[in-house]
Amino acid sequence: MVTSVQILGSGCKNCKQLFTRTEEVLKELGKDAAVEKIEDMARIMSFGVMVTPALVVDGKLAFSGFVPSKEQIKKYLLQVGA
Amino acid sequence: MTQWLANYLAFQLFHIQPGTKLASALTFFIGDVVKIYFLLLVIVFAVAVIRSFFPPEKARRLLQQRREFVGNVLAALLGIVTPFCSCSAVPLFIGFVESGLPLGVTFSFLISSPTVNEVALVMLWALFGWRISVIYIGTGVILAIIGGILIGRLHLENQVEDYVHQITLGQSAAAAAAEPTWRDRADYGWSYTKDIFRRIWPFILIGVGLGAWIHGYAPVDFVVKYAGRGNPLAVPIAVLIAIPLYSNAAGTIPIVQALVGKGMPMGTVLAFMMAIVAISTPEMIILRKVIKPKLIGYFIGIVTVSIIIIGYLFNAILPA
Repeated sequence: MVTSVQILGSGCKNCKQLFTRTEEVLKELGKDAAVEKIEDMARIMSFGVMVTPALVVDGKLAFSGFVPSKEQIKKYLLQVGA
Repeated sequence: MTQWLANYLAFQLFHIQPGTKLASALTFFIGDVVKIYFLLLVIVFAVAVIRSFFPPEKARRLLQQRREFVGNVLAALLGIVTPFCSCSAVPLFIGFVESGLPLGVTFSFLISSPTVNEVALVMLWALFGWRISVIYIGTGVILAIIGGILIGRLHLENQVEDYVHQITLGQSAAAAAAEPTWRDRADYGWSYTKDIFRRIWPFILIGVGLGAWIHGYAPVDFVVKYAGRGNPLAVPIAVLIAIPLYSNAAGTIPIVQALVGKGMPMGTVLAFMMAIVAISTPEMIILRKVIKPKLIGYFIGIVTVSIIIIGYLFNAILPA
């Protein structure tokens, strides 16, 4: 059960794209988990992330450094039991 | 092969008379566009797959505990293979500094990463041959090593914004991030390639178009007069023009290639290419978040002067 989804990034184009894709995938899966944007650098780095954008699901880092495709996001969410 | 295709398209399909100026410009145009697009797809994909083996965490780990010189050399090399875009400059910089890397080593990375990039390599390879491409890589690495060492020697640690030292990089929460499979790497490579291609294909078309026009119509005297060996200021002028052209290596190099055909020397070309990618306004604005203006000034100054020296050096040693 996915309870928290976070997008890490300083607000660049890639981060927005990841945000939109993630929201779309969650909708397709029928989940209404809220997606939170984290733009504060100290918080971003507290996840051990050096390259943005990054996707964090339930406190675990799913992807970082690139915008995964919708299929990749879906696959990951199903894998962790969304 | 691409030349044959270009001839075929120009003479058979469009019924252009061979030997005319239009024919020369058109075959030049088609040949170059096909060659660049092909190399772009192959090389960018290969580079992206290689990069999937070098996440920035690995660079950080490998660079830890390194001293000057060895650290600078390693950082310059890792800058080539570590995936990095200027939008990640801030967290990457903080991550490096936080792990105790000397400032100079960090800058060797920050110089080599944008300078030796896959698009520049493709453009140089397609338009000037692989030798120039290899010379460019070697020179870019040397620029990064020397630039980083010089910046390190200036002892400007106080020019790093204070808050940088207060951030700590958390233990990577990457429980799920198991070693990617070849399939994952190929997927990543392909989506990266598509992304780059989508961004730059129109610029290549425009650049090669202008290049073809110059190739067919521009007079030789004009170029030789302004950008030839006779003008000692050609290198610094080329570098200063190039700095604001960031991210348009794809569009500008074809034009430069046509100028070479009209008498612009190779050192000026290499310096121009390097200046386009090494220093970019967006990256400076982003880096300003972590370093103070004085250090940015030294960074730009050192890199600019080094590139100008490189240009003169190659004009002196490379055959016309």
